[in-house]
Amino acid sequence: MDILLKPWPWYVSGPLIAAVLLMLVYFGKTFGMSSNLRTFCAISGAGKYADFFRFDWKAQRWNLVVVLGAILGGFIATHFLSDGSTIQLSPETVSDLASLNFSQAGESLLPKEIYSWDVVLTLKGISILIIAGVLVGFGTRYAGGCTSGHAISGLSNLQLPSLIAVIGFFIGGLVMTHFILPLIF
Amino acid sequence: MKFLKFLFTGIFFGIVLVKSEAVSWYRIFEMFKFQSFHMYGIIGSAVLMGVGGIFLMKKYKLKSLEGKAIAVSPKEKGFTRYILGGTIFGLGWALAGACPGPMYILLGAGIFPMIIVIAAAMLGTFLYGMLRDKLPH
Repeated sequence: MDILLKPWPWYVSGPLIAAVLLMLVYFGKTFGMSSNLRTFCAISGAGKYADFFRFDWKAQRWNLVVVLGAILGGFIATHFLSDGSTIQLSPETVSDLASLNFSQAGESLLPKEIYSWDVVLTLKGISILIIAGVLVGFGTRYAGGCTSGHAISGLSNLQLPSLIAVIGFFIGGLVMTHFILPLIF
Repeated sequence: MKFLKFLFTGIFFGIVLVKSEAVSWYRIFEMFKFQSFHMYGIIGSAVLMGVGGIFLMKKYKLKSLEGKAIAVSPKEKGFTRYILGGTIFGLGWALAGACPGPMYILLGAGIFPMIIVIAAAMLGTFLYGMLRDKLPH
């Protein structure tokens, strides 16, 4: 039980993520979390504005159930399967973060410098979350998938478009981490 | 009842992503700084097992629960949309520290500001839908 409560090493987690992909493929579906954003838009009536949202979203209900499960899984993991272990980041990461004024790196899942309500309720704080969300939502649909659809599912099926998308993910991620984050923080 | 298997798949996915720390902003930052093998190990081993698993399912002509041959529908050919869309996604991923799966999982983990990120991601998807015909693909 003890080992379950500690953070799981990559060589346990990675194969378990592959198991999620393979289960969904076995169920006759695909692994793709960002498609749900399009479904949410369709349910909210976005079809009135663009054809892209006029599709049979009811056929996607199974994926919304996966989302509901993921929310529950997040709750269960943090409330019942965690022993409060901190994240063992590399010392360079901790010192790089300190120079960006991020303290207590790794003591929680997310930095309070971005996600605490004190910060979120400032103009800068809420702008960061909104801009980040819009970039993710826009980019993932433009690229036709996110980490689950391209990096896990697409690469597992040896698809060239997914490799190009993953290269894009890294270009964007490297630019943000190395050049833009130091300007913001 | 047919939805129950998807609920359990989602719960399992959520637990694995929290326990692997892949939902952590810090792990994403560390990955883009190339300062730890952790995230590369997770994604790399997931892809290796995925490649092997899909290969075997196809080789032994396993039928899905829906009775069809196992197939992962291929993405359309192209370059521009994947590289540009991917780059835009990457910028947001490294800023929020969360991609679409972890956004929901973190909400369940009690990080309520994530609802703002999810709403903004819906807005981003909506904007894409509106501009789709004008973008190079």
